[in-house]
Amino acid sequence: MAVVYEKPKSLSDAPLHYCPGCTHGIIHKLVAEVLDELKIEGKTVGVAPVGCAVMAYDYFTCDMVQAPHGRAPAVATGLKRALPDQVIFTYQGDGDLAAIGTAETVHAATRGENITIIFVNNAIYGMTGGQMAPTTLPGQVTQTTPYGRDIHTAGFPVRVCEMLSTLDGVAYAERVSVDCVPNIRKAKAAIKKAFTAQIEKKGFSIVEVVSSCPTNWGLTPTEALQWLRDNMLPYYPLGVYKDKTEEGVR
Amino acid sequence: MAERVLMKGNEAMAEAAIQAGCRHFFGYPITPQTEVSAYLSKRFPKIGGTYLQAESEVAAINMVLGAASAGVRAMTSSSSPGISLKSEGISYLAGSDLPCVILNVMRGGPGLGGIQPSQADYWQATRAPGHGDFQVLVFAPSTVQEMVDTIFRAFDKADEYRMPAMILADGMLGQMMEPVSFPEGKADTQKEKPWAANGHGFKRKQNVINSLYLNPAVLEQKVRERFERYAQIQKTEQMAEEFMMEDADFAVVAYGASARIAKSAVVAARAEGIKVGLVRPITLWPFPTDALQKAAAQVKGFLCVEMSMGQMIDDVKLAISCSRPVAFFGRTGGIIPTPGEVLGEIKKLAGGAK
Repeated sequence: MAVVYEKPKSLSDAPLHYCPGCTHGIIHKLVAEVLDELKIEGKTVGVAPVGCAVMAYDYFTCDMVQAPHGRAPAVATGLKRALPDQVIFTYQGDGDLAAIGTAETVHAATRGENITIIFVNNAIYGMTGGQMAPTTLPGQVTQTTPYGRDIHTAGFPVRVCEMLSTLDGVAYAERVSVDCVPNIRKAKAAIKKAFTAQIEKKGFSIVEVVSSCPTNWGLTPTEALQWLRDNMLPYYPLGVYKDKTEEGVR
Repeated sequence: MAERVLMKGNEAMAEAAIQAGCRHFFGYPITPQTEVSAYLSKRFPKIGGTYLQAESEVAAINMVLGAASAGVRAMTSSSSPGISLKSEGISYLAGSDLPCVILNVMRGGPGLGGIQPSQADYWQATRAPGHGDFQVLVFAPSTVQEMVDTIFRAFDKADEYRMPAMILADGMLGQMMEPVSFPEGKADTQKEKPWAANGHGFKRKQNVINSLYLNPAVLEQKVRERFERYAQIQKTEQMAEEFMMEDADFAVVAYGASARIAKSAVVAARAEGIKVGLVRPITLWPFPTDALQKAAAQVKGFLCVEMSMGQMIDDVKLAISCSRPVAFFGRTGGIIPTPGEVLGEIKKLAGGAK
């Protein structure tokens, strides 16, 4: 009997702790499929963030390091400098990457650090129970913006791919979504391209994945995906923001 | 005997790190440790090492965490305000059982403080180098040669016990020049690190470097195991120098730069017929309790001399269970005590006890 589908080998059998309808599971699977297809699980070290994906080391079967909040790009830098021929990736949420870890993100990018970042943007702090994130939309209600994010006091969301695409060290920056099957397929292609760029030593690569948080958005999983399409995608347009994967950054 | 060369303390520590097999340094500029970075940025490109000037102290210590996770010898260097910024990373390194070496070339504090030599970070180094229940190994050299020797020892012991080691120096030691020689053939003392996260290659199980334990019982067990290791270290790794202690009636206790001055004062006091010696801790954690207890059995009183308002004095009193009077003399804010001042304090102690 032909096998038409199976769980990627780079994912463990541990049951995911994520909430029902959360898209972390899909994104984990895409990363693991890419590790399998590129045959790099054995030479990969992943860096887990602080946030919902803090226990990513239980799910990915490659070697893993758990980083302090926001510091994953710095930890990945140390790993990569010690292991230049291994594959190093971080898996970070929006608070981790675009608030407390902004400096580490920007400087790893501008150094052209040859690492890959999987950036999960769901516009909210999930693990701590739904506070405003750097990517929370204007007017969006969260636990700490109970009247909606007021741009007069809380300022504006950060568009990470746009910001990083201005830096010379970035070889590849693409924003994708996992709200529907065609977008999931595109997301996987982007993740594969990012890892491939790293293997070919082209420079810093990041894939921003627009995703949902039904629990903290207070919506059902399907409503959440529709909310993502209606509200997040207009503010965070999908697409390739930087592609120097042919020539490399140096 | 290896060749003796004249070197600045900071540069000697940097060269010692290279010779101890360190090829990964992550730092951020701060006075008065800058020569460490400058030296390594010059040497590493020529010998295949990584010198990386990080965007912050916070990033630098986390790069050390990454490199240490990969199993290589990694080092960072800073001075007091920068060490405060690194404290998050130091806690994670300790919680993840990772070895590394951290240099603190102390300057005056608190806050931005000043840039002159100080020993005001003793409490930070020995009590709370970061949040949580943990210790780091703390070495306190008092000569440039000892800076070299303790760098080798710090890397070896950090690897042996899988924990961070700190060299607690100060601006005076960092900036002074003295002749040093480097031990030959000591670079290959690195232990195998089967726990390293460097790609399993399908040859072993997954390695995870982690400090998160959501189950309190598991976390308590982890911390207890670490403290069993600490208890072993307290038994076997204490280091102290005893100077003119054989017949001493009084003991000065000082470390690092203060100990150099105290030593001069002890010699001067001896010339005046006062039977005083010096106990100089070389390890601050573990604190050389044995040497202090030995001294307490013999002397009538102690004088603790520090470049702070009095921090190590706590450990002196604890070590001897307050069984003898412990006087204190300190200068702070970047002021270095003079041998004359310390001699005056020795006379007060000796006179007062008659």
